[in-house]
Amino acid sequence: MFFKLALKSLLNRRGSVILTLMAMTVSIFVLLAVEHMRYQTKQSFANTVSGVDLIVGARTGSLNLLLYSVFRIGSPTNNITWESFEDIASKPQVKWAIPIVLGDSHRGYPVMGTTGVYFEFFSYGNQRGLTFEQGHAFNQVFDVVIGSDIARTLGYSMGEKVVLSHGLASTSFSQHDDRPFKVVGILAPTGTPVDQTLHVSLAGIEAIHIGWQQGIKMPAASITTDHIKQLQLQPESITAFMLGLKSRMATFRVQRTINEYGREPLLAILPGVALSELWQMMNVLENTLRLISVLILIAALLGLSAMLLASIRERNHEVQLLRIIGAPPIFLFLLIELEALLIILLSTVLGVSILYACLVTAGNFLASEYGLYIQSNILSGSALHLVLIVIIANLAAAAIPALTMYKSAKKI
Amino acid sequence: MTITLKNVHYAYPDSLDKPVLNIPDWVVGSQEQVFVHGPSGCGKSTLLNLLSGMLAPTVGELSILDKRLDQMGQHQRDRFRANHIGYVFQQFNLISYLNALENIQLATHFGKHGRSGVKQNEIEALLEKLNVSPADWNKQANTLSIGQQQRVAIARALINKPELLIVDEPTSSLDQHNRDNFMSLLMPLAAENNITLVFVSHDLSLSRYFKRIDALSDISCLKGDE
Repeated sequence: MFFKLALKSLLNRRGSVILTLMAMTVSIFVLLAVEHMRYQTKQSFANTVSGVDLIVGARTGSLNLLLYSVFRIGSPTNNITWESFEDIASKPQVKWAIPIVLGDSHRGYPVMGTTGVYFEFFSYGNQRGLTFEQGHAFNQVFDVVIGSDIARTLGYSMGEKVVLSHGLASTSFSQHDDRPFKVVGILAPTGTPVDQTLHVSLAGIEAIHIGWQQGIKMPAASITTDHIKQLQLQPESITAFMLGLKSRMATFRVQRTINEYGREPLLAILPGVALSELWQMMNVLENTLRLISVLILIAALLGLSAMLLASIRERNHEVQLLRIIGAPPIFLFLLIELEALLIILLSTVLGVSILYACLVTAGNFLASEYGLYIQSNILSGSALHLVLIVIIANLAAAAIPALTMYKSAKKI
Repeated sequence: MTITLKNVHYAYPDSLDKPVLNIPDWVVGSQEQVFVHGPSGCGKSTLLNLLSGMLAPTVGELSILDKRLDQMGQHQRDRFRANHIGYVFQQFNLISYLNALENIQLATHFGKHGRSGVKQNEIEALLEKLNVSPADWNKQANTLSIGQQQRVAIARALINKPELLIVDEPTSSLDQHNRDNFMSLLMPLAAENNITLVFVSHDLSLSRYFKRIDALSDISCLKGDE
């Protein structure tokens, strides 16, 4: 009966209640969205690379190197020579080395040239290695291994012929259409940029650029595909490489050796350190967003409080009536609190549903454009805490009109 | 005795030296039907608030059904009122956004039977007795006519089977026809259920329904501005 009374009373004032409900919904949506994106972005970045001790590239900012080599964000400043890679990879402290060549794409998805070591040693998340859903690693020049998102989105299956494009735009005019690749492996989903990457051998990358000069296809210099397969293709330069060391203890020593490398300017970074640099940069932005979302919430709560307070003026007869049929003043206090609670619960449900819908729709876009893998499980631990805090704040805000109601009940 | 007042004084807390009510002795027996009249602004609503336990007397002894209301706390008075006293106002007797049935159920919620108590068919029987047609039971209260609203209000006041029914100017917003209709339903219903009735009005033409007629100015003797 108590519940029915509160519900019907809200329905009776549905105009102002709906507006308040919308304000609360928006504020809860913003609050949860900021919190979720913040958490998931960190999670997504932190999950992408694990078990890699050092990332080496041409000398640039450490963040820049991290972003382009691992997250495919931004573009490499310069290449490094194959000789330097071989030299460093052969150092006694090095357990494994994964070369990376970037710069080509397929329908907007990045193509990465690497070696078989990549599938063996690269890991993500909590030290999880890459696994094949179908097929195997490349062993021919024109073999390609695709990430799970590519297989799903573009509908590729084993044996599919794939033409790579020069450059990174999805509408590149210079296609490597004379040298199609064959899909020989599809990786299991990882929730990292790997899912959106096509992996080919270093030889493959070299092969499609035979007959190219300064990024332009030279028709005269064409060589047959069969002929290419005979060649021992060796890249002259690569974009970057990742190192796994035999002992973690050696990390800083190897890092210094690389940073002081004599033959060409190189930069070695620890992914974890570079990531925390990134967090520090993001911190101000994060806190600003949080502050704004909290202020929006406060504004909405004040609106709710004002709406309930205004309603009490017109409820004098109701108070008097409830008192005469035996309702104690505390009942009227609780009635207002219950009305506020109903509004907040409904707004939470609405806010969460809208956020969920947004994440589901925007998920693919974020993954392909920004390499951000945002999961849509909104109600994780911290979000539940947040909702709880919002509900408590809401009850506190509703205490103002509820006390007014209580006082007017006492007076009659 | 249903009502016993002895040397009851009431003054608002912020002006204690100016009593609004001073009743040396007023008694209403069990199942008596009393018509109390007096001009407006002479302490009528204060008297009713005292009888219903909404207010406590400043000094004096006030018993309803042989229970000392002046010695109860506010919460006890609220419970006592819910169980033993029915009350019908001049108007606004119903919660406008609930329907007739829900309004009566709300009253049972606070009564002695609590949530589970009074059965739906008791409510329906009472409404039928008061000439409220079943088609109107589920109508929102503010869509009913004033006459219907006042009849539903009686049902609401009687559903917890109170021993005392206080009625405050219930007919002032009704026309002659509805007024007679209302009175001819109320009086036998009160007698039938052995209910003590205190009926307050300034309309002396209604006094013909009553045997006992008290003027408020006789009950309450105020020196000075009376």
